[in-house]
Amino acid sequence: MNSLSVRALLVRGMLAGLVAGGLALVVAYFLGESQVDAAIALEEAHSHDHGGGEELVSRTMQATGGLATGVLVFGVAAGGIAALVFCYALGRIGAFGPRATAALVAGAALLTVYVVPFLKYPANPPAVGNPDTIGRRTTLFFLMVALSVLLAVAAVIIGKRLAPRLGNWNASIAAVAGFVVLIGLAYAFLPSFDEVGKDVPATLLWEFRLSTLAVQATLWSTFGIVFGHLTERLLTPATRAAAPHTAGAMS
Amino acid sequence: MAQSAVPATEASGITPISAKPLAPWAVFFGILMLVLLYFVGAEQGATALISGEGVHEWVHDGRHLLGFPCH
Repeated sequence: MNSLSVRALLVRGMLAGLVAGGLALVVAYFLGESQVDAAIALEEAHSHDHGGGEELVSRTMQATGGLATGVLVFGVAAGGIAALVFCYALGRIGAFGPRATAALVAGAALLTVYVVPFLKYPANPPAVGNPDTIGRRTTLFFLMVALSVLLAVAAVIIGKRLAPRLGNWNASIAAVAGFVVLIGLAYAFLPSFDEVGKDVPATLLWEFRLSTLAVQATLWSTFGIVFGHLTERLLTPATRAAAPHTAGAMS
Repeated sequence: MAQSAVPATEASGITPISAKPLAPWAVFFGILMLVLLYFVGAEQGATALISGEGVHEWVHDGRHLLGFPCH
């Protein structure tokens, strides 16, 4: 396989990311927007205005065009990166075909890029968060993402090394256990933030956080399924004997 | 991770894509995608390459609902 298939995989990853972003956008709009609105209403009731004076972008635009831009660009970019990871992982992480590898990459991405950082630094709706700490919160959030991704990569490598000695099952358990212990230590030692005001309803916060989780779960599961389907068709010629017109993509 | 379950000999019949042709793609597109993620997730929050609030305000809802720290 040469760079042509890398290009073909990258294009498919970005397309799958776009589709995944589209579905995540639907979830974000119907599940999350009402909580964002409620939080902004709360914020404005306390005349703590955001952005200072004039509204630069109307709420309607933020909730439609702006939201779509954010989620779709995120989908395409995340899909592209996941496709590059897939290119390297395929045939290296074990006896998994393209579809299973795509599903594993998507699952690992959801877990390491979102769920693990989220458990330490959960998403907050507009009314929550002290603007003075945005710098530290942003740094620590991305640090947690980077740490989680690096430790997951290390766990995969160590699991692979241990496999001949311990067997696949036990090596996987050992690798995952190591990952969990190190992430636990990071949780314990990194500073936490509690900036939720007394007037923020607990249900609003809970529902908003669940919505963000639903958005990410939708995005990554859709990506895994769509990208898996596309790569299986691209890389496993036997399964598409009935569709010879795509044969040119393989080289 | 669970996918580290690997037989010592790769019997899947799948040839891994060698790192050499992959590297330029990974570097170029990896960086490009990270820049896109930066603009969606963090520009005009803690750090700003473009002055003003336009980018932040435009992707505001997406940023919150994708779970990034926003303000």
